[in-house]
Amino acid sequence: MKPRSKRLMLVGGGVGLLVAAVALVLSAFQQNLVFFHTPTEVLEGKAPTGKTFRIGGLVEDGSIQREADGLTVRFAITDTAKVIPVSYRGTLPDLFKEGKGAVVQGTLSPDGQFRATEVLAKHDENYMPPEAAHAVEQAQKAGATVSQ
Amino acid sequence: MIPELGHFALVMAFALALVQAVVPMVGAARNNPSMMAVARPAAQGQFFFIIFAYGCLTWAFITSDFSLQLAASNSHSDTPLMYKITGVWGNHEGSLLLWSLSLSLWTVAVTVFSRHLPEAFMARVIGVLGWVSLGFIAFMLVTSNPFDRLLPGAPEGRDLNPLLQDPGMIIHPPLLYMGYVGFSVAFAFAIAALLTGRLDAAWARWSRPWTTVAWVFLTAGIAVGSAWAYYELGWGGWWFWDPVENASFMPWLLGTALIHSLAVTEKRGAFRSWTVLLAIGAFSLSLLGTFLVRSGVITSVHAFATDPARGMFILALLVVVIGVSLLLYAWRAPKLTGGGSFGLVSRETTLLGNNVLFAVVSASVLMGTLYPLFLDALNLGKISVGPPYFEAVFVPLMTPVVVLMMFGPFLRWKDDDFGAAVRKLAPAAVASVVSGFGIALAIDHVTWRTVLGLTLAAWVVLASLQLLAGRLRERAGASVSSRLSMIPAAWWGMWLAHFGIGIFIIGVTMVGSIDSNLDLRMKDGDQTEFAGYTVRFRGVVDAPGPNYDASRATLEVSRDGKPIATLQPEKRVYRAMGMPMTEAALDIGVFRDVYVSLGEQLPEGDWIVSLHHKPFISWIWAGCIFMVLGGILAAADRRYRRLAERTAAAGALQQAT
Amino acid sequence: MKAKFLVPLALFLLLVGFLGFGLSLNPREVPSPLIDKPAPAFTLARLDQPAQTFALDEMRGQVWLLNVWASWCVACRQEHPVLVELARRGIVPIVGLNYKEVRGDGGLDARGMALDAETGLAIERARGWLRAHGDPYQLSVLDIDGRVGIDFGVYGVPETFLIDREGRIRYKHIGPVTPDNLQNVLIPKIEELKRAS
Repeated sequence: MKPRSKRLMLVGGGVGLLVAAVALVLSAFQQNLVFFHTPTEVLEGKAPTGKTFRIGGLVEDGSIQREADGLTVRFAITDTAKVIPVSYRGTLPDLFKEGKGAVVQGTLSPDGQFRATEVLAKHDENYMPPEAAHAVEQAQKAGATVSQ
Repeated sequence: MIPELGHFALVMAFALALVQAVVPMVGAARNNPSMMAVARPAAQGQFFFIIFAYGCLTWAFITSDFSLQLAASNSHSDTPLMYKITGVWGNHEGSLLLWSLSLSLWTVAVTVFSRHLPEAFMARVIGVLGWVSLGFIAFMLVTSNPFDRLLPGAPEGRDLNPLLQDPGMIIHPPLLYMGYVGFSVAFAFAIAALLTGRLDAAWARWSRPWTTVAWVFLTAGIAVGSAWAYYELGWGGWWFWDPVENASFMPWLLGTALIHSLAVTEKRGAFRSWTVLLAIGAFSLSLLGTFLVRSGVITSVHAFATDPARGMFILALLVVVIGVSLLLYAWRAPKLTGGGSFGLVSRETTLLGNNVLFAVVSASVLMGTLYPLFLDALNLGKISVGPPYFEAVFVPLMTPVVVLMMFGPFLRWKDDDFGAAVRKLAPAAVASVVSGFGIALAIDHVTWRTVLGLTLAAWVVLASLQLLAGRLRERAGASVSSRLSMIPAAWWGMWLAHFGIGIFIIGVTMVGSIDSNLDLRMKDGDQTEFAGYTVRFRGVVDAPGPNYDASRATLEVSRDGKPIATLQPEKRVYRAMGMPMTEAALDIGVFRDVYVSLGEQLPEGDWIVSLHHKPFISWIWAGCIFMVLGGILAAADRRYRRLAERTAAAGALQQAT
Repeated sequence: MKAKFLVPLALFLLLVGFLGFGLSLNPREVPSPLIDKPAPAFTLARLDQPAQTFALDEMRGQVWLLNVWASWCVACRQEHPVLVELARRGIVPIVGLNYKEVRGDGGLDARGMALDAETGLAIERARGWLRAHGDPYQLSVLDIDGRVGIDFGVYGVPETFLIDREGRIRYKHIGPVTPDNLQNVLIPKIEELKRAS
């Protein structure tokens, strides 16, 4: 092989590899994005059914109930405007409390229940997870526009 | 008074950093030896003042001086002494000071161990480090002064975040910072070389041990951090792909590419401009990582809003450091083309391929980490990019890396015969695939991931053994021990680190394939069967600690009637912040961990207990230990020391005549 | 200078452009939906005399601050000296809204508590905290269940609302008030409102 064509092959191979890698990254990115919705958006039908997404908001006061096995937990998550019932099986994070911000990840079942596979609570005692705060803020903005 | 002294020391360090940044650089440009000679004393003086400032801050924490804002926010009079000391860096301002301290430590190390380098080059290296230090100290003095007072003082402090009150967190941040900051030395060597226009094998050789040591620290830091996450976060995971972890993983990926690229530059003179770019990139990602974690931007992009000055300063610092070095690169790099040419099948090609893949992986991690932040900052909606994305990218991109990693050492530099190499390695490759399938069948978990993981692990282990055997066959006449001792430390370093990857893959694959988890409610006397073990719940008692109250459960684990372990997980509430914490208990073994954590108490008095069986999880960290040992051996290779001695002797001779 | 060596620099500058743009959008200045709207009315028990209530209307005719606080809130302690100083200077009356004193505290479980017991505990904790850190408030009211806080759109404690003579919210500050915020934002706004009529 001439040095020139060798070099060409090397460059071509490198570029091919790079293109394949970038394509892989982008398609993985497309497929694995987890979108975030507020309870209001979910009830407006903006959230996909059968696809994983996140909901943020406050855990409604008095809504936490445990089933007899002690492990399945039902609670409701609210942005102060709308409420979504959630069921979750597993251990809850240390900072999960009624009236506090939380983010749940999972899928929406046809009966309107959100089946969470993951529950995230806020990081410290002062602020909510940003997504939860965002949901409450959105709901209040919307509320303000309605009342005008 | 002590905090004021600390503040004053910081100002003095700033002044010396300015001297260190300017005078030696000007001296090197004008070839003025007396100006260049300022570099060392300035760096050492700066070190003195920074360590003094750091000591003052630590003193305020130890003595619980809550008239110091930082101590009031991150310490408590009941906090154990150890965590008072580590509380110093468990916050934004203190960790910046730790950053500066380790930068200063590295700089002093350079002044001490690089006496043999040309004076002008050394002056530039120390000058570049001076600029970096200047930026950091200015950042502290302008926006994040650790010595701010709280007047009137608080009667009691708020305590260190309980998550950080753990032995793992005592060593994790210093290790990680030594790693991050260590890349600044590689960066300074690259910039100094760009400035002198002398990017040759000598530069690569000088830079290599420093880069390797930094990589060792970073590897160890990441490993300790992941071990901490495993036993402290209470749900048994060891890597979460969360932004904080990614922030340390990105520089690791580019740093790994850099140490390999430096090897090629040293041995073959090739890849020079690519190596420089990697050195700049690894350091840039270290800077980015520090700021991502420390600015709070990850917790909330809006963290900057509380203090926009901080965000803007960070951005300006990044722009100056990275922008100027990339500009310099664009100006100087065109002169660097050339170097040793190499054939399509050669060790260079495998290293180049892996380098490109490492760069792509770190770019994809960067994208997954920053993209949600961008969208949020621009108010375009909120998304999250979780582990599925990173796994989908990481596995296919790293598979060829692992294959090539074992292929490379069998190939000669410059040019080799593809057919011969394949024939040499074909038995190992076939054996790997067979054992991959075989073990997957044996553990009854035949998924493509498990088979791939086990095949790769077998490939690394088998090819490593073949490589060692081949090396021992050289010099056939000598005894085995003398043949072993003939192998240079650097080769052992390479071998061990690569072997460690194999061990690591075994751990990851086994845990990912056949770990099991059972959550259940238990009360005193309850018993359950789990993963072949019998677990009996022995009730919960109150167990107050120095600064927390705890409920401590006792669980007896036995197998076939033989007691194996008594585990005592806790649920703690830290008094100062009222923050609850789960403290898991582990029985660690070579082939499996049994991991227990305590959930909440149910109204009827029962407890939720979470049981985990984690096969081979220790192998993950064993693999990391191999990598670290490999790095240490590679950096300690005799030829670097010989080089130092030779040039020092030559220097002495010159002075004598 | 060959163009291809400028590629890394160009990519980097693009990244910085995005980042800088993102940072320049200050989300804290996104106006709250309540700005320039009448403050939600409330009547709540007073912390100093729990038998008596205090209503929002009682402040009509004055420019005043409503500061949301709780003893479990760490950032409140940070801003507290600023408020004490503000009160000492007598620039503006400050009313404290003690928010979810017991329920907000992650270390305490208020679910099983009777309301009386909870109120008693809240009063004890809140008063103790004010004794320890100084009391800048003209008075504080108890928002035990956090309903008033929700009406005000509180999502992180502390928050501070500036309310005008007609009872309209004119400005909202999220997070601890720093001496800098006070001097450059709050006080000018207060002076402006005082002059306005």
